[in-house]
Amino acid sequence: MTPLAGYLLVSIGLAGALTRRNAILVLIGIELMLNAANLNLIAFWRYGPHPESLTGMMFAIFSIAVAAAEAAVGLGLVIQIHRHAKTTDLDAMNRMKG
Amino acid sequence: MSIVFYLLAALTVAGGLAAMLLRNTVHCALALTVAFAGLALLFLNLDAQFAGFAQILVYIGAVAILVVFAILLTRGSETPKDGVFSRSWLAGLAIAAAVFAVLGWAVLQSVRVLPHETAVPVVTVQQIGVALVGRYVLPLEIVAVLLTAALIGAVIVAMHEKEEHK
Repeated sequence: MTPLAGYLLVSIGLAGALTRRNAILVLIGIELMLNAANLNLIAFWRYGPHPESLTGMMFAIFSIAVAAAEAAVGLGLVIQIHRHAKTTDLDAMNRMKG
Repeated sequence: MSIVFYLLAALTVAGGLAAMLLRNTVHCALALTVAFAGLALLFLNLDAQFAGFAQILVYIGAVAILVVFAILLTRGSETPKDGVFSRSWLAGLAIAAAVFAVLGWAVLQSVRVLPHETAVPVVTVQQIGVALVGRYVLPLEIVAVLLTAALIGAVIVAMHEKEEHK
């Protein structure tokens, strides 16, 4: 049942990332999806045939590091966009040209 | 699966749902912290102690604080008057529901070869360290470069350029 919980969390994060207006909440949805993927990696490592080889857990640890880097860059971008456009509403940001 | 798993999974899913549904953005960040804590407890429940504590340190300690900082710096705590959901929320919800339907169908249709009821794997921090500098040394170096680049990049992107006085 652990993969099902993981996929449910992926879907919640996807729904949030696709439907919220605030850019920070879209990033939160992406973080939820990454975390749910980590849960599945750890579950398949634990119940897989060779848990002593540490494969899935190493994958999850590297994924945590990459997600932390992604969060730092993403939130820095949101702060810069807010400084430039005075809003974080994604529906209001409809042009690429500054 | 034990009752502990169902309790933790319910806590995590409730935290995730609250993070995506609440109107106040600060409340969303706090609900996100609950979801992260539930995931860390699920990792501990799956005998992945190192990953569980790394999850607590990195996500609850750093990412949640970063999110709260970003919300307060962008005045995101003010609830917008015309709703918190995008104009195309119906399409997004349909896509997410379709993804969950396909994944859930795949899980329920799959042949039950897992779980192997193996003994609890004993994973010491020493083993993880030896693996990190042995078999996984190249990914470790790449992650180090990535974290350095992300740190410098985030600082440069968010840096406030002062107007030059003439």
